This record gives sequence, C-alpha cells and structure tokens, in this order.
Amino acid sequence: MTNLVEISQLNFGYGESLVLKGVNLTVPKGSLVAIMGLSGCGKTTLLRLMGGQLQARDGSVRVAGKELNHMNQRELYGMRRQIGMMFQFGALFTDLSVFDNVAFQMREHTNLPENIIHDLTLMKLNAVGLRGVHAMMPSELSGGMARRVAMARATALDPQLILYDEPFTGLDPISMGVIGRLVRRLNDALGATSVLVTHDIQESMRIVDYIYFVSDGVIVAQGTPDEIRQSTWPFVHQFVWGEADGPMPFHYPAPAMRADLGLQEV
Amino acid sequence: MEAVLRGIRLVGDRTLRIVERIGATAVFLAVTLMYSGTSLQRFGLVIREVFYAGVQSLIIILVSGLFVGMVLGLQGYETLQNYGSAQSVGVLVALSLARELGPVVSALLFASRAGSAITAEIGLMKATEQLSAMEMMAVNPMARVVAPRFWGGVLSLPLLAMLFSTLGIIGGYLVAVVILGVDSGAFWSQMQAAVDFRHDILNGIIKSLVFGVAVCAIATFEGYEAPPTAEGVSGATTRTVVSSSLAILALDLLLTAFMMKGWD
Amino acid sequence: MNRSVLNFWVGLFVLMGFFSFLTLAFKVGNLGSEGSGHTYTLLAHFNNIGQLKERAPVRSAGVLVGRVKSVRFDPVHYNALVKMDIDSQYHFPLDTSAAVLTSGILGEQYIGLDAGGDDKMLKDGGEIKLVQGAMVLEQLIGQFLYNKAQDTTADSKGGKQK
Repeated sequence: MTNLVEISQLNFGYGESLVLKGVNLTVPKGSLVAIMGLSGCGKTTLLRLMGGQLQARDGSVRVAGKELNHMNQRELYGMRRQIGMMFQFGALFTDLSVFDNVAFQMREHTNLPENIIHDLTLMKLNAVGLRGVHAMMPSELSGGMARRVAMARATALDPQLILYDEPFTGLDPISMGVIGRLVRRLNDALGATSVLVTHDIQESMRIVDYIYFVSDGVIVAQGTPDEIRQSTWPFVHQFVWGEADGPMPFHYPAPAMRADLGLQEV
Repeated sequence: MEAVLRGIRLVGDRTLRIVERIGATAVFLAVTLMYSGTSLQRFGLVIREVFYAGVQSLIIILVSGLFVGMVLGLQGYETLQNYGSAQSVGVLVALSLARELGPVVSALLFASRAGSAITAEIGLMKATEQLSAMEMMAVNPMARVVAPRFWGGVLSLPLLAMLFSTLGIIGGYLVAVVILGVDSGAFWSQMQAAVDFRHDILNGIIKSLVFGVAVCAIATFEGYEAPPTAEGVSGATTRTVVSSSLAILALDLLLTAFMMKGWD
Repeated sequence: MNRSVLNFWVGLFVLMGFFSFLTLAFKVGNLGSEGSGHTYTLLAHFNNIGQLKERAPVRSAGVLVGRVKSVRFDPVHYNALVKMDIDSQYHFPLDTSAAVLTSGILGEQYIGLDAGGDDKMLKDGGEIKLVQGAMVLEQLIGQFLYNKAQDTTADSKGGKQK
C-alpha cells in the first residue's frame, strides 16, 4: 500500500519557539487517519502544513509524491485542486447560497456548462442528505447541516485527499454520529484518503483506521483504534478515558499555593 | 527631562507606525490592482459590489445632499443679501458643492457607510476562515473577494458624489428660488456663467475618484489584515472610518492646491 | 439577492449617476453654453488689468464669447499681456477694441470686446490694438476731485470777473 501523505522530520515554528518538533507521519492511500491531541498541541498546524497553507521550517511534507515545501503559489494552487478541506465551523461563504457554495469550485476551476454544474451540485448535496436546502443561505442552517454542506463543498471536485479540521466540535451527539458516518462513507465512496483532526476520541475511534496522538508538538503515540483502547501508556489512557488528572496535570504550573496567597511561614 | 524624552520617543514611535501603515496600505493596493484581472473578466462580481457599496448608500447620500444644499442656500442668501447680490446664491451653492462639499462629504459618508461595511465583511470572512477555505480551494481571495469590492467602491463613489452635488443644487434651488423668491433665471444663468465644466465639475469628479481609491484601499486592507476575532474586526471597522476620513481631508487639501495651481 | 433585481438596481444607480453628470455639465456648468469647445487665442496689452483673473469671461455685446487664458506681466512693454481663448465660431474684425469692465458695482471683472468695421478678421494669435484698461477707483476719485477743483476755481474766477 502506498502512502498519499508522507511527513518526515518536520519542524515548524513561529519565531524562536517550535510548534512541531521532528514529526514523522504517514497516511496510506484510501485510509482514514485521525490526529488527536489537546487543544493547542499543534494538530491543526499539522493539517495546515498538509494543505500547504503553512510552510515547514525544515523537513519534508509530501502529498501524492510531491514536495509541498517551497512550492510557489501557482504550484500550490495546482496541488490544492486535489485536496478538499473542511474547516472547523464549515466556513461556508455567507454571501452565497448553499447551492452556490457547493458549485463554487466547479465554477471557478472548470468550464462545465451550467446544467451539468446544477446536476453535479445536487448530487453532491444529495450525498450528504441535504439536497432539500440548496436554495437556503448558510445563515439559515444549523451547525450540523452547515458542516454537511461544507463536506459536500470539500468533495465537489472529487479530491484525492480530504482534510477535516475539528469536524465534531460543538455538535449534539446525533449530528456528531451523522458527520462521523459521512466522513467514513465519503472516504470509501470516493476512493479518497482522509485526515481528521479532532479531540473527540469516542466518535473518531468508531470510524478511523489509524490514530496519531500529538502532545506538545511531538507524536507521542500511534496505533489502530483497538491498540489505542488497550494501551496502558498513561497519556493515552488519560485521553481515552477522559480522566481529569494524570500525565496532563489538572494544574497549570504555578508557584506554591502558599506563596501566591501571600501566606508566610511563621 | 526623562518625561520630555519619553514624549519625543512616543511621537517618533507613533509617526513611524503611521508611515508604516500607509506604506502597507499602498502595497496592498498595488497587490489588489495586480489581481484585478478576474474582476474585469467577470464583471458580474463587481456589479454585485456596486450594489452593496453604491446602491445601498444612495438614500443617505441623496438625503444629505438635499439638506446640505438647502442649508447652503439659506446661509448664502442671508449673507449675500447684505451686499444686494442674493441672485449669486446659485453660484455659491453650485461652486461649493461641485468643488468641495460634493466630493468630500459624499466620500466621508461613503467611508462610514460602505467602507466600514467592506471592512467588516472581509474581516468576518477572515475570522470565520472563509478566506482560508477559499485559498484551500485554490481560489485567490485577493482576486475573488478583495478586488471586486475595491472596484465596486471605486466605481460607486464618483456617481454618488455627482448625485450628492445635483441634489444639493436642487436643495439650494428649492430654498433660494421657491421659498425665498430669488429670480429663477438669474439663479441658473449666474451659476452657468461662473461654474466651469473642466475646472469645477470635472475636477470635482477627479477628486471623488481619488477619494474612492483611498477609501476602498483602506477598507479592504483593514478588513484583510484584521485580527480574526470579534474585537479585531470591530477595531478594524473603526480604523477604516477614522483613517479614511483623515485620508480624504488630507488628499482634498493636496488636490485642491494642485488644481488651483493648474496641472500643467 | 436575486441576480436580476440586483442588476436592475445597479443599472438604475448608474443611470441616475449619468443623468446627474449631464445636469452638472449642461445645466450647472457651462459645457452647453461654451459652444463647440474649440477655441483660438487673441492677445491684448493693457496698462492696467485691475482685478482681472484667469478664466474671467470675455463678452461681446454682453454675450459670453470666450475666457481669459492667462494674465502675465510683459517685461518688455511694462504692461499686462492678456491671452484670451475665443470660441472659434465667433470672429472679430482687426479693429476690434477690448476693455476691462466690471459687472455691476462690486461684481467680477471681465473683458468686453467691441467689434470694429474692418473687412479683415483677427486670426489665431492676433493682437487687439485698441485697448482700455481697468478703471481704478483711486484714480477716478482723484480725477473727479481734480476736475471739481478746476471747475470751482473757474467758477470763482468767473464770479469775480462779473
């Protein structure tokens, strides 16, 4: 099995501090991989590097055999036609209708006649079960619906690689289940490869093939959902079972309590 | 002593920051122009923005123009009557509107009505990752979002300024001729004799075109560079109105000086 | 927003703007009254131009026929050289006279052209030889007082002779 995404020895940072340190990661073709970690651990950064929105300081990011680092804008834009991305809250264009949102890339990048665009767009919307809302504006949709429309938009040009940034955040359990199943189904139906950044462990363990754990800019654990569930490694255990205290301390590092409260040793 | 030094340093710091900001806006304007090809090919994108920037500013421009003209007519009549030349009120109204008030006041209104809206819209699109999403779809937001809004605004403002002046002159006519009884023939003929098409009308239109470029460059720049948070966007909106207004007044002084001296 | 509704409003907006442009140009400004827009230049030397400014009107028989193009001091003749743009549909004989006049008592100053009877016409760049400069109020008053004084002395002398 070949790898669609290969990241090796990747360093990334702003100024002095490094956000990602020596990351190695591969995503086999056709698979659904989750990158997990706490908020602010650098997992969204990793996703943006795969989309070429950020450039690594050193190391390499290869998508479909092509090195993304040091690509110029034209090459990047060419590359991105192979990549679909769904943003955290959908990021639908608020000034366009649902239909126009999904049709956006077809109109920008292809010379398809309007009647074919019409049919294709309705098919894409049908795949996420929302053909009925095509005339609505994004502001009229619920959070879960907006995300499903965003999925239809991300897959409009049948990309090889689909990136999801926090697809489950702020959703009720039912919508979450719907989105989760759609992520899996779209991946398999399109023969695509998907990378999912999330901190929702339960939902993603149900659907993904492989999981990477990122903490503090380093990959600390990886494995299939079954391996992760059985892991005895303290950090993973804490994450999977949602315990308040563990290797990730409940308290942010601080001076001793007595000192902060101004209590003097007498 | 220390306080004085600190004060001077503060002035220097502020000055540098302002110059930096002007430079960044100019660079942004250049980039916008570079990516304007799409807007010209797909003019529908610009027409949409003419609607949001121009048509939606119509009411405020028309009403303000009418009132400004009426006030000018009233004030001019009061003053000119003392010299027995109340008929010249038409000249006063038309010249002040065509040369100064039309372009300047409509640009100020435009900056606070349409400029702030452009900033807020682009800023919100950035904050909600719509611009990132567009980039990920291999569509350049400079070409697809910024340039059409820029051109829509630049095309709208001269039209608005002319409408402002026209309505102002109608307002002046209503007050001076209809209400105060100045002779209608003298009102128009003196105006025509004094107002020159090239020096007064055309220069006014050139002014409003320059103001349009300035306001739209500032508005799009502030929106695009706004921090992607609620405070960031609201701060950028305020900055758009303040910087645009200052830019309009400063440019007006420069342009007026140039135009009085003659371009050649 | 429906595309056609949007186009309608933008179209209406542009038409309104165009209409106001025409109003400003022809009703408010002088684009209509200034004729073809083609002009030719005439020169005139004045001893004194008073408050005459660039772009002041040039009238003949009260009708606007052109505008003052420039006012310069002529260092050779020590007087004022005035260039005028005259609408090319009007032509004036060689012996036309020019005067700096004032509209009303405190109004703006303009140049009045009085056509002569010559058969030959002034050409582009031609000079008007018959000129009368601006009236200067101080000189007028001075002249008036002088004349008055002369009259009175003449009268008193006459009285004594009687």
